Amino acid sequence: MNIKAFTLDSIEGTYAKDVPAFAAALKGAGADLVLVPGTSRVRRAMPAAAMRSGAAIDVNVVDVSVEGEKAVVSRWAYRQRIFCSFSRAARPWVVATDPALFPEICAKLGVTPEPLDCGQQGTDAATRTKCNGLVSAAGGGESTIRPDAKLLFVAGAGWTKKQADGASHLPEAAETITGFLAKSGASLGSSKSLVDMPEAAQAFSFMSHMNQVGQTGATPRHPKGLATCCHGEEPHVVGWRFISERRAVNLDANCGWAQGKTDVLYVADAFAVMKKVNELMS
Amino acid sequence: MSKPIHIIVCGSLVPDPLQTLEPVVTPQGPGLKNENMLPSVLDPWAACALYEAANMVKQRPGSKVTLVALGPKAKLQQLMMTVAQKAPFELVAVNAPAGGFTDAAETAAELAKAIRSIPGLDLSSVLLFGGCASASRDQGVTLQFVAETLGIGEFFMAVDELKLADDDSFTVLERVEGGKYLSSTCAGLPAAVGWATGSLPEPPNNPQIGMMNMRGVMPALMKAPVANVGVGGMAYEKTEVSSAKRATRIVKDMPVDQIAAEIVEWIRQ
Repeated sequence: MNIKAFTLDSIEGTYAKDVPAFAAALKGAGADLVLVPGTSRVRRAMPAAAMRSGAAIDVNVVDVSVEGEKAVVSRWAYRQRIFCSFSRAARPWVVATDPALFPEICAKLGVTPEPLDCGQQGTDAATRTKCNGLVSAAGGGESTIRPDAKLLFVAGAGWTKKQADGASHLPEAAETITGFLAKSGASLGSSKSLVDMPEAAQAFSFMSHMNQVGQTGATPRHPKGLATCCHGEEPHVVGWRFISERRAVNLDANCGWAQGKTDVLYVADAFAVMKKVNELMS
Repeated sequence: MSKPIHIIVCGSLVPDPLQTLEPVVTPQGPGLKNENMLPSVLDPWAACALYEAANMVKQRPGSKVTLVALGPKAKLQQLMMTVAQKAPFELVAVNAPAGGFTDAAETAAELAKAIRSIPGLDLSSVLLFGGCASASRDQGVTLQFVAETLGIGEFFMAVDELKLADDDSFTVLERVEGGKYLSSTCAGLPAAVGWATGSLPEPPNNPQIGMMNMRGVMPALMKAPVANVGVGGMAYEKTEVSSAKRATRIVKDMPVDQIAAEIVEWIRQ
């Protein structure tokens, strides 16, 4: 089987220019199986490019195995809830892998990735779209999303709830969270209920929907994850599929985390625990 | 003076995320145990697309939203009982299997066919909306296939914000790597947009909107064409639920100082 792998360095690009460029590259490759990392730019334009060049395509692939002329890919369906493996007879077959697994899959198949040549096809294509550049989702502040961090720190809606004195303490919560992020270098995740709250949007300006982990959010890959003030409901925890070591701090001993979804559940007040953690990490 | 626009939202049903899913083998390929009995919700990202569309047409008098939904007719009817109360729309339904194991290309072909059948459709003034991926197949390719089939040459993926100007030009923020957005400006319609979560909350149920929508929803369901959507060219070898249940250690009554020390030690390991 003729396998080729391509990489794409820049994340900026327009669909109208990328589709003809990618389609030309796919045709030019003459490969049976084309591996690409599923970056935002690839995921946007590669499906239409595959269609235009008569190729089949599958995205979010986590494993590829090849035996003779048969390739089998594995991916998750239903947002990390059902794992499936399948093959296709169609050739060429474009396989966009999880970007974090791309080097590993290429190495396993003995393929050396080459830079994807966007060539003249892309330059000549007409488009009504102009790229304005990259904008931080953190509203001008430092980004709290750090894909390379060893730890994912997830804040849940409990951070906005009334505390023992009968009042909520949003500025204090914000200070504790940002203090921990600064000291630990962790990446910040959030539950949907927290990012959907208007009061949280105001007080936690360092957090946006981009931080959301779960069913309608991200599925990040970090070696460790610490959840605080979050109940560990299934729609949220599907976003934790690729977090290896998990710990949670929550006041409810019967919450979702306790149902086999975390390694350790500390039944405690996350405000007090994280303040002490910050002190110890100073 | 802005012109009316037509926003077409592609969105279908997915099992309620709180339901336990168990894969089974059916004569048509893989499926879910008791699939027809599982409560469904509108696909979450498509729902965001619908709410953004509804909000956008409010600013443009004479504009309308069409929801194109592919799924089993009986389940779509159930779904519409709640979705129809959220935002005003016209429904175009396609009676076909919808799920995580069906082929995106076959689904897209049927969606494109259904869109083309919309009476009085003017593709030049269309915004084609959908979710950036479904919560069932989770491929994120269907909308691009539909756009390509319809000849819509501008597409934006994982969009959280779209600002439409009076001259139909618009600026979008697309989610990209590293917690950043790619900002782009498009000079006009038509365009396709795969929404991420956007910024609007789920609208409350409005029975009046529901009553108004249902007048069109029921006839649309009655005349929904049957389509043959299956696994396409995929030969499934395995479908399984991850059995990774952790032996959770529940720590109660431990002093805060001790918990904090344990967490710090774990982080530093």
